[in-house]
Amino acid sequence: MQTIVWYKFAAPAAFYPLAGRMIPWCWGLAALSGLAGLWLGLFVAPIDFQQGEGYRIIFVHVGASWMSMFIYLVMAFWAAIGLAFNTRLSGMMTRALAPTGACFAFISLWTGAFWGKPMWGAWWAWDVRLTSELVLFFLYIAFIALTRAIDDVRRSDKAGAILVLVSVVNIPIIYFSVSWWNSLHQGASVSLTKSPSMASVMLWGMLLCAFSMWMYSIAVALIRVRGLILERERNTEWVRALLIQEEK
Amino acid sequence: MFAFIAHVIRRDLSLALRRPADLVAPLCFFLIIATFFPFGIGPEPELLRRLAPGILWVGALLSTLLSLPRMFADDFADGTLEQMALAPYPLGLAAFGKAIAHWIVSGLPLALLSPILGLQFDLPPDALCVLFFSILIGTPALSGIGAIGAGLTLGLRGSGVLLSLVMLPLCIPALIFGSGAVDAVMTGISPRPYFFLLAAFSTGSIVFAPWAAAAALKISLE
Amino acid sequence: MLEALQIECQRGDQRLFQGLNFCLNAGELLFLQGNNGAGKTSLLRMLCGLSEPVSGEIRWRGENIRRMNERFRGELCYLGHQNAIKEDLTPLENLMVSTRLHDETLDEDAALKALVEVGLSGRAELACRYLSQGQKRRVALARFAQEKRPLWILDEPFVALDTQATRWLSQVIGAHVERGGLVVLTSHQAIDIPAGRIHPLFLG
Repeated sequence: MQTIVWYKFAAPAAFYPLAGRMIPWCWGLAALSGLAGLWLGLFVAPIDFQQGEGYRIIFVHVGASWMSMFIYLVMAFWAAIGLAFNTRLSGMMTRALAPTGACFAFISLWTGAFWGKPMWGAWWAWDVRLTSELVLFFLYIAFIALTRAIDDVRRSDKAGAILVLVSVVNIPIIYFSVSWWNSLHQGASVSLTKSPSMASVMLWGMLLCAFSMWMYSIAVALIRVRGLILERERNTEWVRALLIQEEK
Repeated sequence: MFAFIAHVIRRDLSLALRRPADLVAPLCFFLIIATFFPFGIGPEPELLRRLAPGILWVGALLSTLLSLPRMFADDFADGTLEQMALAPYPLGLAAFGKAIAHWIVSGLPLALLSPILGLQFDLPPDALCVLFFSILIGTPALSGIGAIGAGLTLGLRGSGVLLSLVMLPLCIPALIFGSGAVDAVMTGISPRPYFFLLAAFSTGSIVFAPWAAAAALKISLE
Repeated sequence: MLEALQIECQRGDQRLFQGLNFCLNAGELLFLQGNNGAGKTSLLRMLCGLSEPVSGEIRWRGENIRRMNERFRGELCYLGHQNAIKEDLTPLENLMVSTRLHDETLDEDAALKALVEVGLSGRAELACRYLSQGQKRRVALARFAQEKRPLWILDEPFVALDTQATRWLSQVIGAHVERGGLVVLTSHQAIDIPAGRIHPLFLG
């Protein structure tokens, strides 16, 4: 039973309306949890006795970093599915997720810099996580540039999938090498994690913000997938029927 | 199987030797990069010695990048790649042979040239030796990963820039371990762990990357 | 031996053909015709396994060629639009290299003989970039003088050849079919192949 449902929605024609129904819910959840999270983070959470008000950027920063990493994994998942089963939808998923992931990586880098300025006195430190995040950002850019450069849809999807899978295998190695490099070159390393036990209200704020970003990513990715479906299936019967219906 | 790989390597080498100018150009580029850095940062030997491993390694990386787009492009244009894909062996083996051949005409000369450039930076003899071996061991990784990039960007417009975008982030470990080895020996630490890691990375890349490259090539040929 | 079942081919958004079926047995030749853009080359590339049909399957000796991979390619000899020869190498080197890549053994004497057969005597040691278009095509075709693999797939083999070379190639193809080989070829010209059963197939 499960498998039947799964295959049914793997077809773009069936997925299109499903995605359409999901999008408003995701937007709603994103808005609600985002507002709640920011309210907790900006107004309820106490001032950090070491970092003052500046620390409040973590409510955006942490979620964005999580999402940027998580989205790459999801892309790798879809890439593997696409290469293994040759499904059309997976290529579109991978493609639709990339800009959101790149965006979060970018936000994570900037908020990291904003946080770093008062904390370390510098916009940028060659910290392991910041550096790895930057590399991740490069990987997103490479994916987007490669898939946009190939006009043929099938080739573009497959090439992108190979790149994502190769990168995902490489990411742990890169992370290891960067932390190795960092441990040798930087005597006094700045640590972001070893903050004293976090107040639970801060944790909740962070989790809510992360959840909101999660919902936002799904919503935006689904919108993009719907666009891609219409573009790629424009010559099929069901898209024509749909367009005629919408015009009425 | 080994005979097939050997044929591919021999073929690529004999083709490369017919165009010696193409072999020398990346080496000259390497030379120029290494020579230009002191102009930018000043001639203090202490500073140059400190920066040499990184500069030389980045130079080697960029020079490799120059010769990569042509790894498959010529064969793609004249139909030979198609024939390789139809040979009774997996395309991955052909890609492996071509990556090895690429290393012989690009990585090996870079390694041989590097100690001479190291002299410009006043590197001590043991550092020169480590530099040579680190580039020798590290460049196969660049050829392997480069093969993936070259396969993915085959026949695209602006493929050179795309290739560097795709390939450079994946090469970071080679850069870190390679220049780290030279750094280590200059600060009096044993470069051995770096060599082991570099060798592991290189071996992994040269063994696995050709299969990913072959998958990329098959897509390009469709 | 070579079967196509319900093949569908698309290029971009356009469907070139669908529901294409044929079966080719030993000692038969499939003469593929059609206008430009009808999908002749696309079909040949599918038959080689270079690209995949959108739907349908291709079988060799009753087995899907996708699953056979190297075993199928070991019985196949393909001549594409491009000659797959290197301008920097001589005809002799080109011939030796291409046979080796296909895991065949050809000694130098046999290679020289094949080159003489295609009318390249005295040019064996000259770099290919000094040859004319027709002569380059002959270098690519020299492989077939000694080729013993059962399935030949030839994309426009007669292009750029003069009458003499055309006659030679027709004879080689004819002899191959006579021996029990299979040939799939495209051509815009009428072909005059001396032996075997010729099945014409029109696309588009």
